[in-house]
Amino acid sequence: MKYLLLICSEGQGFDASPEEMDAQPWVDEMTARGVRLTGSRTRDAEDATTVRVRDGALLTTDGPYAETKEQMAGFDIIECADLDEAIEVASKHPVARHGMIEVRPFWTE
Amino acid sequence: MSHGGGAGRRGGGGATPAAGRGADGAAPAAGASGDRVKEAVAAAWSEEWGRVVAAVIALTGDWDLAEECAQDAFERALERWPGDGVPRSPGAWLTTTARNRALDRLRRAANEAVKLRQAARLAPEPAVSPPAVHEDGDDAVPDDRLRLIFTCCHPALPLPAQVALTLRSLTGLTTAEIARAFLVPEKTMAQRLTRAKNKIRHAAIPFRVPRREVLPERTAAVLAVLYLLFNAGYAPGAAGPDQRRVTGEAIRLARLLARLMPAEPEAAGLLALMLLHDARSAARTDRAGDLVPLEDQDRTLWDRARIAEGVEILDRALARRRPGPYQVQAAIAACHADAPGPQETDWKQIALLYGELARRAPSPVVELNRAVAVAMDEGPACGLALVEALAAAGELAGYHLLPATRADLLRRLGDRAPAAAAYREALELAPTEAERRFLARRLAEVEGPGTDGRAGEGAEEGTAGEGTAGEDRTAERS
Repeated sequence: MKYLLLICSEGQGFDASPEEMDAQPWVDEMTARGVRLTGSRTRDAEDATTVRVRDGALLTTDGPYAETKEQMAGFDIIECADLDEAIEVASKHPVARHGMIEVRPFWTE
Repeated sequence: MSHGGGAGRRGGGGATPAAGRGADGAAPAAGASGDRVKEAVAAAWSEEWGRVVAAVIALTGDWDLAEECAQDAFERALERWPGDGVPRSPGAWLTTTARNRALDRLRRAANEAVKLRQAARLAPEPAVSPPAVHEDGDDAVPDDRLRLIFTCCHPALPLPAQVALTLRSLTGLTTAEIARAFLVPEKTMAQRLTRAKNKIRHAAIPFRVPRREVLPERTAAVLAVLYLLFNAGYAPGAAGPDQRRVTGEAIRLARLLARLMPAEPEAAGLLALMLLHDARSAARTDRAGDLVPLEDQDRTLWDRARIAEGVEILDRALARRRPGPYQVQAAIAACHADAPGPQETDWKQIALLYGELARRAPSPVVELNRAVAVAMDEGPACGLALVEALAAAGELAGYHLLPATRADLLRRLGDRAPAAAAYREALELAPTEAERRFLARRLAEVEGPGTDGRAGEGAEEGTAGEGTAGEDRTAERS
């Protein structure tokens, strides 16, 4: 079962040190375990662009599609036996201790 | 998934032989023996539904199929048992029947799929894939029902769905009955159940007892759901027959959980707590349905056998020396149950236990209950000081038991005007009719000419309308 992990920070103002926020050990561990397929950090919401097409017209707006305190800071795609394993993997991500991780199952039929 | 044709016996879904419905299809059997068979099926429905559903989910991973095949198995029992006799182990008979039915239907569905593929001239599957058998070799799991309980109470499901799914999968209550108990339209409840089952499938919520590292918190979630079920029929003024049934099922499930998790003293603690509360149920309301405070209850109506059982289970749990919030609450309930009357109650011990509970599961509601116990032990003035401190902290703003408790303590101190004001405040906030009637009576007493508040009365359960309601709410939060 594949899951998308949305790595969410709560905006700026982390109390965490850069070492605490370093996800590389987690990436290494989960890649070696065969759980993490891919993923990346993403730029801040202020660097985002939202695209819509309405009645054939392109609408481009700056910023994310939803203004929330929580901002997506990155994502990972993991392959796990079940949700319990996905939760375990997500709980070990450093951002889980300061921000939060949303676990979304892939659509399968 | 298509479940194939079916043998034309499918009744209206949700028929409950237990309630004497859905029995129309049963072979007519000679009078008494027919009744005996119906009774046996009804008993098995209550006792074995969860086992049958759990076994089919364990075999197939398909929750809807499990419910349908369990239903089929019971309908089959109504047909077969009158002629064949009631089997020695009805649970085993029903489980085997349901599992065979599930395998038949999966095989038929698989065959149809193969035929379809052949018709479409696609390469045939190498073999008809057998139903997914979920054997994860976990020897520590002795009973599929334990896996079912943990899956129903998975924290990835919303709490109302956990509650509904636990009842539907483990107790055999129909969707309509569950909807009535929780006062929502049947359609809403059906959607809630469908969404929960969809999420289990879509997110791959596993059918198993959680790993050791997360077992304590997951167990706490299961206990919270069972206690919430218990309170459905126990909340003051809320208990109709549908809610009472849910309370009965909660006790049955707590009993099952305590048996399946013998190493978890909190499971036994929860069972003891339920038994000790339930033992008082006949005395808790009067004929008009009004709440009778603890100190006014006719203690001869208390179920002594239940109390003895609850105390014994609690003592065995406490002997394991791993106390937790449910064991502490059960110990408080046991203090009340042991006492011949309110005067002989060990309020000092109860105040200490509330202190212990506040340490383990901090909550202003627990503090309020402690204040009541302190008032009984050291006098209303001491209790009132604690209540005023709670009121000043503001955490319980809007909670009717806060002014109700203040009112009662003021009444006992003889401060009738402030007591009346506090009763009025409590009346505004009280959520149920029974509680409002109780408070209105008290208000009339303090406003009436010349009657003193009877000293030493208005304890815990009384003041607070229902001290246990406070405990209940605490447990729901923890």
